[in-house]
Amino acid sequence: MRYLDEKAVENIAVGAAFLGTGGGGDPYIGKMMALSAIKEYGPVQLISSEEIAADDFFIPSAMMGAPSVLIEKFPKGDEFLRVFQKLSRYLGIEKIAGTFPMEAGGVNSMIPIVVSASQGIPIVDCDGMGRAFPELQMTTFNLGGVSSTPMAITDEKGNIGISETISNKWTERLARVQTVEMGASSLISIYPSTGRQLKDHGIHGIVTLSEKIGEVICSNESEEAVKLEKLLELIDGVELFQGKMMDVIRKVEGGFNFGEATLEGLNGDAGSSMKICFQNENLIAEKNGEVVTMTPDLICMVDLETLMPVTTEALKYGKRIRVLALPCHEKWQSAEGIKTVGPRYFGYDLDYVPLKELVTKGGRQHV
Amino acid sequence: MYKIGIDVGGTNTDAVIIDENLELVHGVKVPTSGDIQTGIENALHKVMSESEITPSKISHAMLGTTQCTNAIVERKKLSKVGVIRLGYPATASVKPYTAWPEDMVEVLGEKYEVLHGGYEYDGQILSEIDEGEVKTVLSNWQGEIESLAIVGVFSSLKNDQELLVEEWAKEILGEAVPVSCSSQIGSVGLLERENATILNAALDKVMKLTSSGFEKALEKEEIRNAEVYLCQNDGTLMSIEYAKRFPILTIACGPTNSIRGASYLAGIKNAIVLDVGGTTSDLGVLAEGFPRESSLAVDVGGIRTNFRMPDIVSIGLGGGSIVRQVGDHVTIGPDSVGYRITEEALVFGGKQLTTTDIAVRLGISDIGDKSLVADIPIDFAKKAYEEIRKMTEETIDKMKTSSGDVDLILVGGGAIIIPQELEGVANVYHNPHGGVANAIGASIAQISGQYEQIYIYSKLSRQDSMSDAKEKAAYQAKLAGALEETIELVEVEETPLAYHPENATRLRVKVVGKME
Repeated sequence: MRYLDEKAVENIAVGAAFLGTGGGGDPYIGKMMALSAIKEYGPVQLISSEEIAADDFFIPSAMMGAPSVLIEKFPKGDEFLRVFQKLSRYLGIEKIAGTFPMEAGGVNSMIPIVVSASQGIPIVDCDGMGRAFPELQMTTFNLGGVSSTPMAITDEKGNIGISETISNKWTERLARVQTVEMGASSLISIYPSTGRQLKDHGIHGIVTLSEKIGEVICSNESEEAVKLEKLLELIDGVELFQGKMMDVIRKVEGGFNFGEATLEGLNGDAGSSMKICFQNENLIAEKNGEVVTMTPDLICMVDLETLMPVTTEALKYGKRIRVLALPCHEKWQSAEGIKTVGPRYFGYDLDYVPLKELVTKGGRQHV
Repeated sequence: MYKIGIDVGGTNTDAVIIDENLELVHGVKVPTSGDIQTGIENALHKVMSESEITPSKISHAMLGTTQCTNAIVERKKLSKVGVIRLGYPATASVKPYTAWPEDMVEVLGEKYEVLHGGYEYDGQILSEIDEGEVKTVLSNWQGEIESLAIVGVFSSLKNDQELLVEEWAKEILGEAVPVSCSSQIGSVGLLERENATILNAALDKVMKLTSSGFEKALEKEEIRNAEVYLCQNDGTLMSIEYAKRFPILTIACGPTNSIRGASYLAGIKNAIVLDVGGTTSDLGVLAEGFPRESSLAVDVGGIRTNFRMPDIVSIGLGGGSIVRQVGDHVTIGPDSVGYRITEEALVFGGKQLTTTDIAVRLGISDIGDKSLVADIPIDFAKKAYEEIRKMTEETIDKMKTSSGDVDLILVGGGAIIIPQELEGVANVYHNPHGGVANAIGASIAQISGQYEQIYIYSKLSRQDSMSDAKEKAAYQAKLAGALEETIELVEVEETPLAYHPENATRLRVKVVGKME
């Protein structure tokens, strides 16, 4: 067990935005909420999944909806208090032993910190994605057969919906509709879990990993090469490309941001080009027409010099970018995992090939 | 008849006079004074006495000034502000003034309330405004605040709640307490818009002092028939009355005036403008005669805001940048001899090797004593020049929005060091009057109006939405002093919003018109 202070929150916000692979929303407002909560209630407790009791009960906290709405209308701050009360009564549980994040991303890494600070319960250092994904059934809990319901959804006004669904995909469909009615942004608790379920099906150490990534990126290390080296070592990643943003094509369909970004090579990559396809999150990276990384492996765009993560909303012509990639958690590499979040689910006619195999073929291992 | 333009910069205060055909009659430079006012008076006096123009023939006087920026940075002369945010129960998790520098919050008095109100993204009510609640707060603040900031959730979509609170404030606090409504100041993004609105409210006294100071300076030179304007940061003007309501719009008008002045001198409307000073160079983009605006959050005095600002990139390259040999490489800057260039650069008999010395050595420029740089090895000078070229090319490339070649306009005192042949650049324009481009920009400014709102095209057609926005922008322009019949649309920006089910689009339009 350890405490997270303001400094830790700053680092987690940056690291989680990195793992958000271009999606996960604007890190600024999430960070402001978490910093305000810590200022009011003091530092929050972080516990590892080893430290939790198997039969204790944990409820996650997350936001769902449009990042463009969240920058204008953000939560009241005590929404989860009501949700936790209702949900625990519904489930017949006396005590909620903690909360946990659903995904790594600018906003959803911060919401559990707000909940933890205001309710005085710890955050468990695990999530259900190890990165960010656009839909609610895209979790390792889903792969492990954990039901996303009973779930609770609420808004700042006090409306609460508790529902049970026949599948986790239905949870996504129904919650999406309610979210729109609640003003295109809502707070959700899905996949309420026992300690046992977290231990078995969660992705462990995600908060700590985010914090460490943030520490490296925000460090005063002046040598870019040294900083990059440290980052790649930490994430077991590779640098795919250094380039300049040439063009971004975007369209909005069915409530998602689809797009394609084209980069022209710089430095060692001069003469090459890279194309990155995204649906909120970056999904496919192609170098000179060859696929070099594909979902669920992580494709992260960072500023060429500062290594600060770049969200897909912030992409514009002329931006200098490094494209980094790292392998997804092994849970995603199962047949069921690939079916849920692999290239075919997102409509690409590709068989999943892990990053490590692609790298030996065409990419380059750093150093 | 003539116009006078004055630009207050960090180092110099410039003044120019132009005639009816917008031809430059005379331009002067004097050092900027600590109190600003004295520098303005000196520049005005110098340009009037040297040009010998009869004061009664001055029909317009325009001032571009840094006084508001300075007041924020120095935390001086700021008003005590009350902040009412309409949005409860939403948004209570992040209170007003979060992440502000503490000394600034103290100066402004830290009075704020998050009250019931606000709208959803589609214009439905978020929560009903509570008249009693608002009026109680306003009554409690009587005598405690000097200026009021009102900020409603999604007020850029619907601002009637903000306007209602403004009315109640006038009833309770009286006309002496000015009101700033966020819907007239910033765009979507509650915290950033709130910050900009608070700063606008805080600048009330500063702007009153600035405008009366300018009027006093004109009076001293017996300029009594002139229409008086202040420069905004989008390259257009506002009347003094309007400036008193929106003082924050004067922030960063300097770089904007330089871009506009450059456009005028080169006679082109689309280009990249490079303003080369002694220590740094500012790059901006000229689009249809106006500076391109930044799409990112901008920090003002350590406070994050989202009101419009010119998109400017600065690099550590100027006429006084120090040139060094480091191993096999030649480095340029970022340190510089700055305004001491006329003492410290080699060509002026000094001991520091600067970029200006390199330009003289290569015969590109002829200032100072060129025999003093004859010893610089020509290969070294060429290497340094290549480095300057590389820095310039990279920065120009960053500012481009597409991969084609662009035109480049050079202004500023240090412009002589910039190569005329650059990759990615079609033509380079360099005018001898480039040194007073800022003041020229101030003197030729027009009047603008801008409006931004989220429209839902499935409810109000795209065409109707467009004319609604244009009408509201034209109203803003008229308030600022534009002639109605000259108002034309210059900019339309449509941004479809992600996740919204009903084709919601953020529409921003800008109009400009000639001054009355």
